[in-house]
Amino acid sequence: MPSAIRIENLSKEYPVGFWRRRTYRALDRLTLEIDSGEVFGFLGPNGAGKTTTLKLLMQLIFPSAGHAEILGRPVGDISTRRRIGYLPENPSFYDYLTAEELLGYFGELFGYRGAERHKRVSALLDRVGVGAERRLQLRKFSKGMIQRVGIAQALLNDPEVIFLDEPMSGLDPLGRRDVRQLILELRDQGRTVFFSSHILADAEALCRRVAVVAGGRLAASGTLADILAFQVHGWELVMAGLSSDVVSRLPPTVQRATEISPGRYSLELSMDQPPDRILAQLTASGASLVSLNPMRDTLEDFFMKRVAEMGAGARASRPEELGASR
Amino acid sequence: MQAVRVVAVNVFRESVRDRVPYNLVLFAVLLISSSYLLGQLTAGQDVKIIKDLGLAATSVFGLFIAIFIGIGLVSKEVERRSIYSLLAKPVSRAQFITGKYAGLVLTLAVNVSVMAIALYAILGYMVWTEPPTIRAGWDAPGIDPALLKAILLIFVELMLITAIALFFSTFSSPILSAAMTFGLYIAGHFNSELKNLEHVVSSKAAAQLARAAYHVLPDLSAFDIKTEVVHGLPVTIGYIGSTVLYGLAYVAALLLVATLIFSRRDFK
Repeated sequence: MPSAIRIENLSKEYPVGFWRRRTYRALDRLTLEIDSGEVFGFLGPNGAGKTTTLKLLMQLIFPSAGHAEILGRPVGDISTRRRIGYLPENPSFYDYLTAEELLGYFGELFGYRGAERHKRVSALLDRVGVGAERRLQLRKFSKGMIQRVGIAQALLNDPEVIFLDEPMSGLDPLGRRDVRQLILELRDQGRTVFFSSHILADAEALCRRVAVVAGGRLAASGTLADILAFQVHGWELVMAGLSSDVVSRLPPTVQRATEISPGRYSLELSMDQPPDRILAQLTASGASLVSLNPMRDTLEDFFMKRVAEMGAGARASRPEELGASR
Repeated sequence: MQAVRVVAVNVFRESVRDRVPYNLVLFAVLLISSSYLLGQLTAGQDVKIIKDLGLAATSVFGLFIAIFIGIGLVSKEVERRSIYSLLAKPVSRAQFITGKYAGLVLTLAVNVSVMAIALYAILGYMVWTEPPTIRAGWDAPGIDPALLKAILLIFVELMLITAIALFFSTFSSPILSAAMTFGLYIAGHFNSELKNLEHVVSSKAAAQLARAAYHVLPDLSAFDIKTEVVHGLPVTIGYIGSTVLYGLAYVAALLLVATLIFSRRDFK
């Protein structure tokens, strides 16, 4: 499958300080490859380098080192911009324009004329749930409505690759559901979606593959299953009909017993021993099995662990470590 | 070219929505009230004063628009982050700069045209109301086509000031851009004095510095032919042509440098 986006050793440094110039490395040798037609989640806490990466891909900032391509062309290629869409983080537009006028303006930049432009704008605003408000100036729009308009403008040209920086930001639960649905529709249409988020549930619901960045560095990348598969750290056993007497004599492999309702307990077992032995003991004492599940790290746990491991303190380095300031 | 046109039209729309045309109302009120008052106070000189006042007001009102909108053309886009979405569209940074500039020049063109029409309308009214004996004493006809020469040069000067404001706004803050543009406007009007500085200073270095500044700074006094036109003195087409060309060349150079700076700028 051809790559839609290819990022190789992409770095971005900013000079900081007035008298004593140092460099702050916002992104450190990021390498990623995103296939055509996939929904790719770009995850990380605030300040991890997600927006920096997206700005580099849109050539709103220039890399200190490295290289990136979109649809086989170097970033910044004007003809490629006809084939991509971009939603910036917390978008902001011309508050003197109406939503319809804004999309009409951008539509003209793509060369759409008259009726075709009007039809396209109208259909997109319908799709993102901007109704009669479309004729109001954007200064009267709420954050969530601006976000919807932002998503609409990113899809105006039927892009093959769509970059969404925190697309769920500012949206209510209904809006989030709509955007999730929209991203899945885009995937079904064969489009590539590259979205950044710190909301891990979104990634779990939408992405086949993700990358996690922390402190400007890539912490992990792969399928969600790959990242989380080795993270099973125990078993959760739910039993009914357990007497308090049996519970008080549970072996040490049971790390925690929580009473859910009278006689029904959730038992957390360590990975040291398979759960069948304790299950046999408990059923012999008259209890019955309700459920048995492996306890995996959620993406949230994984994320927190990796962020803690990577630390974010090593970014501001001395010039001699990072090379000359720009 | 399409992208430049689309960006320019949006700048024009923004200026209309920001109520820039209201200055035209102020201009009309100023001219009408002045013509009425002068009619009461002066005998036969009122047409000359109205011409002077009309041309000066066209220049000053245009200057305010050129500076105060010019400095925000780029910086406002960056500040409100609307540039992020715009530059992700098929628009190069050079097209963005050119479009922004063309949009404000379009606004100024409409503004200056309406002011010129208003000035001619007032002058027409005054010609109609003045007796022929007073009209015979005027240096130049009341409705004088030569006024258009002065208006044309005012417009080209405003184009130049817009380019200066845009140039500064590509790399500095709005307040600093306004201060520097206004400073250049003042310096530009006294530029010809720099040329002759070597006759009054003894320091060779200071004279050379003044000479260099004379060549680099725009010579805005060249665009001011208000006095000549109002007093009916001749201004040759050759002078108008060469001054317009000088202005346009300066504008082109400023836009080129502005584009070069802007093309490498990071939007953090």
